[in-house]
Amino acid sequence: MTDRSVVHETFSIERIYPAAPSRVFAAFALAQAKDAWGPTSGRELAEGEAGVKEFDFRPGGRERFGLKVRGTTYRYHALYYDIVPDQRIVYSYEMYADGARISVSVATIEFAKSGAGTALTWTEQGAYLDGLDGPRTRLKGTAELLDSLTRYL
Amino acid sequence: MLDYAPDLDRVFQALADSGRRLMVERLSRGPASVSELGRPLDMSLAAVLQHVQVLEACGLIRSNKLGRTRTCTINTAVLRSAESWIADRRSMVERSLDRLGEYLAETADQPEPTSDAQGQQ
Repeated sequence: MTDRSVVHETFSIERIYPAAPSRVFAAFALAQAKDAWGPTSGRELAEGEAGVKEFDFRPGGRERFGLKVRGTTYRYHALYYDIVPDQRIVYSYEMYADGARISVSVATIEFAKSGAGTALTWTEQGAYLDGLDGPRTRLKGTAELLDSLTRYL
Repeated sequence: MLDYAPDLDRVFQALADSGRRLMVERLSRGPASVSELGRPLDMSLAAVLQHVQVLEACGLIRSNKLGRTRTCTINTAVLRSAESWIADRRSMVERSLDRLGEYLAETADQPEPTSDAQGQQ
């Protein structure tokens, strides 16, 4: 595909978990916990170099893995910037599909005490690259539809 | 690469139904007849056919009738363009957070692991 395009999108998802912020934070901070529930759990790792896993959870540390999903190899490269235990994690990540960079995003995960549990807010601001053919006018409608679809789902 | 620009509005509307998502999921593993598509769903063949027509109208699937059997196949070009917007992002995070909830529930009675991130190195 030679057409170049960038689409910017921000989304935010909030969940309440019946667990203390320290437990929810630990699920993001510890490799074995993240393996149990995170994006690689139950998925087929990519072959070779693309499938190498790395998890270095500290400011300046990197995380990477590669998955094979329906014949496409997806690679994830992240860099942690800001970690405040039990409160906040800020990182950036880029995604590749079969070697082509498809997005660069900043993700912020916030943990707040909510009653006996934790309110988690996950916000992503992304630049989505070369992802969509078609006129720009469609994108706005698509974003609105996506919002309503997400509410529905 | 997509000479055929899909109408994503209609694609998303089509995928907003859980039964139709099941059908698409099934077809992503290979062609299937209308009755095969309806098997895991608790609905009449007429209802299944209506869903098939919605999926076909937005270009997500194609179907061919041979004798008395209508066989459906997925149109991967359209699915990919929809996927990059639906599956790859927001729902990826949502699924992760669902699994986090299950993980937290399963480990609720275990001693709390240390969350001293800086102390790990």
